Amino acid sequence: MTHVVAVGTRKGLWLLRSHDRRTWAADGPHFAMQEVASVAFDTRGDTPRIIVGVMSWHWGPTIAWTDDLGGTWHETENRAIAFPQDTDASLGRVWQIQPDTADRPGVIWAGCEPTSLWRSGDGGESFVLVRGLWDHPHRKQWAPGFGGAAVHTIVPDPESSKVTVAMSTGGVYVSDDGATGWTPRNRGISAKFFPDPYPEFGQCVHKVAVDASSPSVMYAQNHHGVYRTDDGGLQWVSIADGLPSDFGFFVLASPNTPGTAWVMPLVADGERFPVGGRMRVHRTRDGGGTWTELGPGLPDEAWTVVLRDAACVDAAEPTGVYLGTRDGCVYASADEGDTYSLLVDHLPDVLSVRAVEV
Amino acid sequence: MGVMLRLPTILADVVEGRRALEVEPTPATVGAMFDALAVSHPALERRVRDEKGDLRRFVNVYVGDHDVRHLEGQATALADDAEVWILPSVAGG
Repeated sequence: MTHVVAVGTRKGLWLLRSHDRRTWAADGPHFAMQEVASVAFDTRGDTPRIIVGVMSWHWGPTIAWTDDLGGTWHETENRAIAFPQDTDASLGRVWQIQPDTADRPGVIWAGCEPTSLWRSGDGGESFVLVRGLWDHPHRKQWAPGFGGAAVHTIVPDPESSKVTVAMSTGGVYVSDDGATGWTPRNRGISAKFFPDPYPEFGQCVHKVAVDASSPSVMYAQNHHGVYRTDDGGLQWVSIADGLPSDFGFFVLASPNTPGTAWVMPLVADGERFPVGGRMRVHRTRDGGGTWTELGPGLPDEAWTVVLRDAACVDAAEPTGVYLGTRDGCVYASADEGDTYSLLVDHLPDVLSVRAVEV
Repeated sequence: MGVMLRLPTILADVVEGRRALEVEPTPATVGAMFDALAVSHPALERRVRDEKGDLRRFVNVYVGDHDVRHLEGQATALADDAEVWILPSVAGG
């Protein structure tokens, strides 16, 4: 088996390969000078497919894919994602690509800017706008965060037709009927930039991750605030006690071990640096009840951050944790975050990281 | 009769390596030329215009020596044998 890590950056994609998760070989850049804000591995078929959301500042955004791990790339001749004429919108950037569950082969979701959700039934080669979310009456009140207005998290439920998305800003929305009707699910999540700090929607949820125990158990790293829900988002509770700060971009959850999740606290909204200038990951083993700081292998005097999709876990045992920084480094842990090693450095700003064993 | 469309090297890959395309018959306007290309060469057209039909921000289109943004935009008329250039503008870091 080969471990493959896809690293999307502001100026291209690199593919890292390893047989032991200790020594890595880097191959790139693919899509040189193009932003790769999103990347996904689809391992449900006979051949693993890598799908990327790329954007050329000159020639616009699109989707590309490879079925031979980067040997050859393909694009749909026409636009893979195109807003219908009546929307008066145009695609800005593909922020998220999420293969659906194993029993829905070929279904791929995409979260895009402007705030929109898209569904593909052909493995990511063409997408259809999810009108139920686009036409939602709340839409006009979803404001762009600093990075733009987009759906950045998509969580298909393996046990039902439920789909959960998160957007900045807007917060968490859930559809219980296969992405037709959508309901906000933000109760308990704060939005301190509003006069009412606990509105029905409008929160700036940065990332959501699903616990290994149940699809209804999720974690959220908010724009200040770290939360857990045990009921699919009906109620969120703070799990930030024990962290040095509640601000951050990503949250990861183990696909294998219930109660295990990782965050990287930054000082604050107005001071987006690792606390004390020390890059540290905090891990919980009890669903957010307690947190442990983990640092061996991560740098001190580090004034960089890991963006929301520049961190991921793999499905191996023990779980691998991967972190890509805005100063072009990728760190990885093969022991569930206890220790880290530097896989590659001096890349452009890392925007997206995903890892798989093929 | 037609117009000659000149392409930068970076776009040649999407039209079988060519640096120029003859578009026939002569389209009435720049916009009509891109409408025709959306059918014959969609991978080229989508790189130049978004799905609303607007020219992408960092793409410049010249008719002869004139940037169409300083003429009539995509309504700029094309004459037989006109030369149209697609050029990437200065962008990026």
